Amino acid sequence: MIREITIGQYYRADSMIHQLDPRTKIAGTILFIISLFVGKSIPAYIISVVLLAAVIKISTVPFSYMIRGLKAVFAILIFSVVINMFFIPGEVIIDFGFADISREGMQTAVFMAIRLVFLILGSSLMTLTTTPNQLTDGMEKLLNPLKKIGIPVHEIAMMMSIALRFIPILTEELDKIMKAQMARGAEYDQGNLIKKIKSVVPVLVPLFISSVRRANDLAMAMESRCYHGGEGRTKMKPLVYHKRDYISYAILLCYLAVIIAIRVKM
Amino acid sequence: MSIKLENVSYQYRDSKRRPALSHVTLEIKKGEFIGIAGHTGSGKSTLIQHFNGLIRPTGGTVLFDGENIHEQGYSLKELRGKVGLSFQYPEHQLFEVTVFEDVCFGPKNLGLPQDEIQKRAKQALELVGMDEKYYEKSPFELSGGQKRRVAIAGILAMEPEYFILDEPTAGLDPVGRDRILQLLKRLHEEKGITIILVTHSMEEIADYVDRILVMEQGRLRFDDTPSEVFQHKDELEQMGLSVPFYSSLIDELRQNGYFSEDSEVSAITLQEAKQAILENWKRDQQS
Repeated sequence: MIREITIGQYYRADSMIHQLDPRTKIAGTILFIISLFVGKSIPAYIISVVLLAAVIKISTVPFSYMIRGLKAVFAILIFSVVINMFFIPGEVIIDFGFADISREGMQTAVFMAIRLVFLILGSSLMTLTTTPNQLTDGMEKLLNPLKKIGIPVHEIAMMMSIALRFIPILTEELDKIMKAQMARGAEYDQGNLIKKIKSVVPVLVPLFISSVRRANDLAMAMESRCYHGGEGRTKMKPLVYHKRDYISYAILLCYLAVIIAIRVKM
Repeated sequence: MSIKLENVSYQYRDSKRRPALSHVTLEIKKGEFIGIAGHTGSGKSTLIQHFNGLIRPTGGTVLFDGENIHEQGYSLKELRGKVGLSFQYPEHQLFEVTVFEDVCFGPKNLGLPQDEIQKRAKQALELVGMDEKYYEKSPFELSGGQKRRVAIAGILAMEPEYFILDEPTAGLDPVGRDRILQLLKRLHEEKGITIILVTHSMEEIADYVDRILVMEQGRLRFDDTPSEVFQHKDELEQMGLSVPFYSSLIDELRQNGYFSEDSEVSAITLQEAKQAILENWKRDQQS
């Protein structure tokens, strides 16, 4: 069940999108997210969906695979939609007596849902087509100017890449621990709330201990290979922009311009 | 009284590769001492998790004493009390503040009364040879071999009829390894517990088990007594498994003409090999 979360996972393929420079993809994702908040109208969303669909198509990541990642955030989505629907005042269209739905509430809720789904699809597309290593490389390079004001960019990037790398390891471990305790008669979905919370302890303690142990081992392994932070460190594969990256930037900027134009005109 | 798998297959979701198990049919009778061998990724671990219902097969049925364990209303918890499973890493199950409390976790889940829980925990710890001075220690202060023994006690305290162990000797020194194997032998002989031992080293278990299941690529390749299984030396080696030293010694001697081709000599242990060679030598002297 835990394995089903696809957010943050890499989907191996050799598409145009996979080959893009990670910086392009990060910047592109940020631009896309901005565009979702700028464009607040049906035409803008239509353009966004066309762009998103085209990029998904080019990326060769199966759509069904991406949707599976959405399932996990579905609960949050429903929750925010319902809250919006009922609590935004305005012209009442459906009246339940104890609560009512306004036109404005409905509209906000629908837009909110669209925006959230796009946001998740857009950002998971980035992580699906970029290896964690590339992602942190790109992040480090993009944030590099911040070094001048004393922000430890390399260390942050390293922490991020380690954290990302540990996600699959820890989920696998979690699965094993849960099974080991189930073999001793533990149940996770039985009883009242307090019982359920208590049943988490036998899983969390071993998981916690093993993460600390792993972190220790990793620190040791890094040190024995003379890791000493980012200073003077060179890259085996330095990031270089290619023609396809410039084209992507051009398309993205055009897209953003159109979205802004629609917003201004409305 | 048995665990029975009928045509069991299992395919991990999201995996486009071959199924982790395909069409496995076998029966484990009460009182047996069984070894399950296979290379890494051969499906051993997936197989044993079917025995106590941790994994639901994607095809076929698992029967415990003739009842389908995935039938509506069948208590898997009760089954897990009867079919104990101890995983490879004790770190995955130890969590309590003290060793004693940790061993109590299983019986507590079975809903036993407090004094029975304590009695069983004590018995189990005695069985695995953990001294009373360790009872109040944190399980995380123990050595690797001790942790494993406590983890085993945690299962034994549930008083299972069947006891499955996944690589219980991995990472232990020879002393620790022999201790665990001796313990299992004792549990089998004195308590009559059915033992199912998973390993990738057949050499290690050959002396103990009376039946070996060999897995390869999710299929059950051999299911026979050790001496029968070890006849298939070449096939086993192709699967990345080694035949016990004395079995292959006898085999080499036969190939080099020391034993006649049709003689049915086989040996697993040093004792058996010695006897076979001596008998052959005597026969040669007489003729």
